[in-house]
Amino acid sequence: MSLLFAALFYFAAAVLLIGVARKIVDYWRTPAPLLIPTTPAPTTQGGVVLRMFRELAFFESLFKSNLWIWALGWIFHLSLALVLLRHLRYFTEPVWEWVAFIQPFGMYGGFAMAACLAGLWARRFFVERIRYISTFSDHLMLLLLLGIAASGLMMKFVAHTDIVAVKTFFLGLLRFDIQPLPGDGPLYVHLSLVALLMLVFPFSKLLHAPGVFFSPSRNQADNPREKRHLSPWAAKLEAK
Amino acid sequence: MADAKAPAAPALREIFPAIPALVPGAMAETKSYVANDKIQESLGFPGQLAENWQDTHDAVIAKMGDLLSKQRALKVYMDACVHCGACTDKCHYFIGTNDPKNMPVARQDLMRSVYRRYFTLPGKLFPKLVGARDLTRDVLDEWYTYYNQCSECRRCSVFCPYGIDTAEITMAGREILDSVGYGQKYSNEIIAKVHKIGNNLGLPGPALTNTLEGLEEDVKEDTGLDVRYPLDVQGAEVLLVTPSADFFAEPHIESLIGYGKVFHAAGISWTLSTKASEAGNFGMFIGNYEQLRKIALRVREAALELGVKRIVVGECGHAWRVAYSFWNTLTGIGAGADDPFAIQLQSQLDHRYKQPMHICELTWDLIQQGAISFDKAANDHRIITFHDSCNVARGSRMGDSPGGQFEIPRNIIRAVANHYVEMAPGTTHEQTFCCGGGGGLLTDDLLDLRVKGALPRMEVLQQVVDSHGVNFMATICAICKAQFTKVVPYYGFKMSMIGGVHQLVSTAIRLGDK
Repeated sequence: MSLLFAALFYFAAAVLLIGVARKIVDYWRTPAPLLIPTTPAPTTQGGVVLRMFRELAFFESLFKSNLWIWALGWIFHLSLALVLLRHLRYFTEPVWEWVAFIQPFGMYGGFAMAACLAGLWARRFFVERIRYISTFSDHLMLLLLLGIAASGLMMKFVAHTDIVAVKTFFLGLLRFDIQPLPGDGPLYVHLSLVALLMLVFPFSKLLHAPGVFFSPSRNQADNPREKRHLSPWAAKLEAK
Repeated sequence: MADAKAPAAPALREIFPAIPALVPGAMAETKSYVANDKIQESLGFPGQLAENWQDTHDAVIAKMGDLLSKQRALKVYMDACVHCGACTDKCHYFIGTNDPKNMPVARQDLMRSVYRRYFTLPGKLFPKLVGARDLTRDVLDEWYTYYNQCSECRRCSVFCPYGIDTAEITMAGREILDSVGYGQKYSNEIIAKVHKIGNNLGLPGPALTNTLEGLEEDVKEDTGLDVRYPLDVQGAEVLLVTPSADFFAEPHIESLIGYGKVFHAAGISWTLSTKASEAGNFGMFIGNYEQLRKIALRVREAALELGVKRIVVGECGHAWRVAYSFWNTLTGIGAGADDPFAIQLQSQLDHRYKQPMHICELTWDLIQQGAISFDKAANDHRIITFHDSCNVARGSRMGDSPGGQFEIPRNIIRAVANHYVEMAPGTTHEQTFCCGGGGGLLTDDLLDLRVKGALPRMEVLQQVVDSHGVNFMATICAICKAQFTKVVPYYGFKMSMIGGVHQLVSTAIRLGDK
């Protein structure tokens, strides 16, 4: 079983890294022929960085749109970030001080994450417009994340897992030295679901994470009169 | 077709803003007329769909792949949507029609479902699971119907957490449809006219001369002064490029009169051009870069031929977006280029001024300098509100800082009139609602859609009419003016309450003593 999970995680990590890297290169290389920032937009690159930061840190546009979606989405992402950072303790020895510091917050994060996921999922059933646009995979994605959160919380609060052994296993993976993984139901479920999430990441709507950085309506400066912007394929039209 | 039933205005919603319940298929039968083969071929598109569906199918997928490789926006927007629903209640056409396919995300999904099927691994393996579908004739028809029910106003893009701009997807959809011989009659006919005659309305040179002479006589009668409306004047300082509707349509022409008075009062030499007798650029609406560029190049040529120092754009929303955001890219009208093509023109232009400049920027600069003055009381019979036009609001700027496109027109109105009222927040500035007729939908075969799409604007207009007695809604877009004059009567308003900002300028400007 240890071998199986080791192989699974190596594979999932490779798919995630290579898949997302390929997508990023693809977005990077695809030209944006016209300046299309949604205005009013910052006129300088510095301003763009600030706009992007507000978008990433506070979900500014979503806030303008709908407070319910914003609250559920924003708290979910914040919790997810906390939980992920909390998990750094399984990959570092000794554990970094700030990672140790956020451990208790990360725990609340786990609950908040599950609660928000449940709320987001409920919208897909009860709000007519959202029900209309939801695909089967939208439901499955929430189910997957909820499964990860629930199995994780279970190991903390219901059936304790030998986390020292889990840590040994993951530290081993980092050194390509496979250590035994505790034989534990919730842990198997948790790890399998996480691996699945890593596997689907580069092929699913989770691409919104790298995608947001490449969105021309958000990442372009509003300076078309001051500076000529020309994409390579459009420049060829002028050579004719 | 649309004319099967007479258009009727939906009732104003009592609790504003109420989110409409879905009525699937409500607008499925509202289909804009398809371009005939003559129009299509004149733009270099196939005349009609291939006889064999498989050929069309393959051509659509190939074109989609081509666009995905050329346009980062399309590629990112196809991937990034998480179906969060933030945009679902933001489109005026959804609000007015209740058709769920007019929700921005659903409109995008018409194409995204095909993208997933042909361009992503899960869509190839498990189409049902991820909402992917094969491209069929029905799907293509659906594209035609609903990509011609989007005015490309970008309101949804304001609210999307990833900035997904449905306008980009609509443009790509129309570009693909055109490329397989399934174009829209209204837009493509107009583009053909621009190339053939020089403007969207098909006014030939002599008619233009006549119109402008008539205008000079009218203004003389009115003011006793020789205000000139010059055409093709070599060596004029300013080339004014304005929507051709300004030459004869009401209330557009009132603004043209206003531009002339501003130039007259400030003593700026200016000219219109027969070659560039149209600011509008429907190439943007159909998402075709080559057409967009070709239409824009007329302005470059006219500027080079006439030797003008400045290029100013009249009251037209999408034209200003194209001019402000795209002209430098397409034609070199702007600044900061280092290539010979653009430098040829940029070295001719006077860079103490913004290039291109909006007529509102020009007028506001003159007001600030004290170069023109007004008798504000002349507008006292008007209680004015301002409708932000979508392309100006969300696709361009005026002045030096972000948001100038909102402040400058309002500043002008306040400088020329005493009674100004804002409409409800959340429906103005960058959150403004489209008039309902933009993006190549200003055609009578879509009148039903246009009437319904105006609903959210009409609701807030009604509020300020009731609360402040507003009797004039100013706007700086030829399409807004044409659309509103046509649809406001359905909501019980008078056509005459619609007009331009420079119509107000025209009423109040002091001419004689300057």
